[in-house]
Amino acid sequence: MDNLVEMQGITKRFPGVIANEDVDFELRPGEIHALLGENGAGKSTLMSVLAGLYKSEEGTMLVRGNPVSFNSPRDAIDLGIGMIHQHFTLIQSQTVTENILLGLDEPRFLMRLSHYDKQMVHVGDQFGLQVTPDAKIWQLSVGEQQRVEILKMLYRGVEVLIMDEPTSVLAPQEIDELFKTLRAMVAEGKSIVFISHKLHEVMTIADRITVLRQGKVTAARLDPKQSSKAELANLMVGRKVLFELEKTAKEPGDVVLDLQQVSADNDKRLPALHGVSLTVRSGEIVGVAGVAGNGQSELGEIITGLRSCTGGTILVGGNDVTNRSARTSINYGVAHVPEDRNHVGTAPNLSITDNIIMKKYRDPPLAKRTGLDRNAAQEMAKGLKEEYTILAPSVETPTRNLSGGNVQRVILARELSSQPTLLIAMQPTRGLDVGAIEGVQRLLLEQREAGAAILLVSEELEEIFSLSDRIVVIYEGEIVADGIEADAEKVGLLMTGGSKVHAKEPAA
Amino acid sequence: MSSTTAERRSFRWPLVLQIEPRIDSPRWLAPLVSLVAVILALVIGAVILAIIGGNPFRAYAHIAGAAFGSLGVFSDTLVKATPLIFTGTACAVAFKMKLWNIGAEGQFFMGALGAGVVILAGVVSEDASRFVTLLAMAVGGAVFGAAWGFIPGILKARLRVNEIITTLMLNYIAIALVNYFIFGVWSEGGFQMTRVFQRAAWLPRLSDLADQFPIMRGLTTHAGFIFAVIVAIVAWYILFRSLWGYEIRLIGDNPRAAAYAGINITRNTVLVLMLSGGIAGLGGMSEIAGVIHRLQGSISPGYGFTGIIIAWLAKLNPLIVIPVSILFGGLILAGREIQPAGVPRLIQGVILFMLIASEVFLRYRVRIVRKTA
Repeated sequence: MDNLVEMQGITKRFPGVIANEDVDFELRPGEIHALLGENGAGKSTLMSVLAGLYKSEEGTMLVRGNPVSFNSPRDAIDLGIGMIHQHFTLIQSQTVTENILLGLDEPRFLMRLSHYDKQMVHVGDQFGLQVTPDAKIWQLSVGEQQRVEILKMLYRGVEVLIMDEPTSVLAPQEIDELFKTLRAMVAEGKSIVFISHKLHEVMTIADRITVLRQGKVTAARLDPKQSSKAELANLMVGRKVLFELEKTAKEPGDVVLDLQQVSADNDKRLPALHGVSLTVRSGEIVGVAGVAGNGQSELGEIITGLRSCTGGTILVGGNDVTNRSARTSINYGVAHVPEDRNHVGTAPNLSITDNIIMKKYRDPPLAKRTGLDRNAAQEMAKGLKEEYTILAPSVETPTRNLSGGNVQRVILARELSSQPTLLIAMQPTRGLDVGAIEGVQRLLLEQREAGAAILLVSEELEEIFSLSDRIVVIYEGEIVADGIEADAEKVGLLMTGGSKVHAKEPAA
Repeated sequence: MSSTTAERRSFRWPLVLQIEPRIDSPRWLAPLVSLVAVILALVIGAVILAIIGGNPFRAYAHIAGAAFGSLGVFSDTLVKATPLIFTGTACAVAFKMKLWNIGAEGQFFMGALGAGVVILAGVVSEDASRFVTLLAMAVGGAVFGAAWGFIPGILKARLRVNEIITTLMLNYIAIALVNYFIFGVWSEGGFQMTRVFQRAAWLPRLSDLADQFPIMRGLTTHAGFIFAVIVAIVAWYILFRSLWGYEIRLIGDNPRAAAYAGINITRNTVLVLMLSGGIAGLGGMSEIAGVIHRLQGSISPGYGFTGIIIAWLAKLNPLIVIPVSILFGGLILAGREIQPAGVPRLIQGVILFMLIASEVFLRYRVRIVRKTA
């Protein structure tokens, strides 16, 4: 069978990173080809090149055997290649039909919406896509919005549909619906690239699988029937060289954080955590392994009082903090290194000083009877700038002017200098360079020495393995393993939805 | 350009603008940039005046004379500046938290009503001392103004209602409410105004001191100016030196970071809008106690809206609101002297435009460099 699309030797660089390195990929007519890999492995980048969003530095692309070069997504769509991104590009206040027609040459002036409404239904029926053409986007569920995106591409006559993590926003029954649609489309001769990091989904839906790791292909054109989840997990996560970090043996102390059967919803009001139970002891680092979007963010937010629980109890040092305020958690000594440094962790237009005092300004020596002691604040900031080697012209520099690593140091300086009893470290080294990563990891170990209880959430398995005293695995909002050994293959399998293992009692 | 046509054809402009973000800006930069912007605005204004056939130097001299030329007119300028300091400060406080209170006008009217109620409903007796009377009026003005800030505040905090719409709409309600009282309840002889307040309800004027200091004769500047300056200073202290001000600035820059730091955004939304409304309300009280001495319809030619512009020009710093208000007070005054009256307004507009445009020089370093081939 001839290939519909062939990508050969694709290399795509971004400043400081190689997103794709000499990648080959092919797609046959009428197949679902899964592109599997961890976050940041370069899946979306590769497909954005195919969809005309990015231009690769090296490599060639053939469509139906002819070499092509795309300058915009429109060029790609003209050749029948369309991509649906993780974040939808729909206009909330307009109807389904209006959204689909947007940017097309027809209709030219008069909308004649009712005429096009019928066309939409007709195209939808072909692929088993039920749509209400005159509904406004905001009235639709996420699953329905995704259908509109698919219909948008089908209406443009797309033959190759690229779907970037299409299931990440869907509820389980919506996923079944989506899979039905995908199969209907393939039956009509369309080809689909299915980007995912979820093994079981890939095993269910894909005809063939290509695995990416750190921008390179680790396995191409695998047949899921002749492969196993364990093999795929290994190809996807791999084994990485571990850092040499000095970590002393230490008996953990008393339980500091105690989650009992905690449940919570995500921003879309879908359940994100289901009955999570977890303990962290003083002087212990508990690493939470998991692929992004499996409830880690929500886990961090409920403990720090930024999100409310729908059930269960959270105890910090024996005090009930369930559904109390962020202030309550701070007062009980909970420090929080948030996932999103620039939108949550700092106020970018305020100075380093103002960012450093964010959680201490209510207490002496900063708070005085009449106001804030600015000299004391500056002294504190200067001291911490020195101690945490924050590189900046002065403590009055706004944090928006700092590099990612330095912003993270500002946050760490603020959070760690308060001698927390519990530290929630969310992706503390994400996006940092190697030297900065090591610095951050050393700081975490120092806190462990100082007796803090640390909950470390990271997508970097290597980091979890080298820092944690105990490893738990989170998958779809549940702790699927507690106290598991640092085995990349096993953990990788668990975090991508492999079989649940029986929770083992943590050694304590 | 003096180059010949032939040269021009082969000539390619060798310089390009290079714009890069500033990491740090020195302290002197902001005032310098603002000063240059104002000077450039005056130059542009002069060019326009020359084009329409006026003599720009005479026009400027006339404006300066009409606003600042003598003790008498400068005193009048301060009278005009007083309500602007109140409304400018009110806007600056709210804007600092990115609460877009464009209802200072209505809060100003409510403040006037609150102060009027104290007198006309007999809350203080006619023979109460001046201190007691004025204090009661100030409290009345501040409370009514704050109430007019509380309504949009609670709506935004609880129901996420856009404060731009509510504060704007409340302006009309406030004016209509004042009209109801001056047309219906306390109308004096069918006119659209109330009776003149008793002398105890008048803010002292400089001319009151004419007996001791003859030079003060006829000077209309009243104590409200002093109170306005004090309010601006207190507002500055709250915003830039107090714990509360730190919270306000943090929420203004990044509400998610503020929530993460454990700051109660709901409560602050209500409180800051009340503070803003209260300050504007004090402005209304100052105006009727210092200038008008009765409640009537036309107490503001849009002080509340000019306050928005002043707050921005002062870069949301209440201390800078004071000089900017005096400048604007002068331009308003000159507008009555100069024909066509649009000229001072034109200059106001150009100054505003230039100052806002000059922001780019604070955030970016703009360099002219030679084009690399």
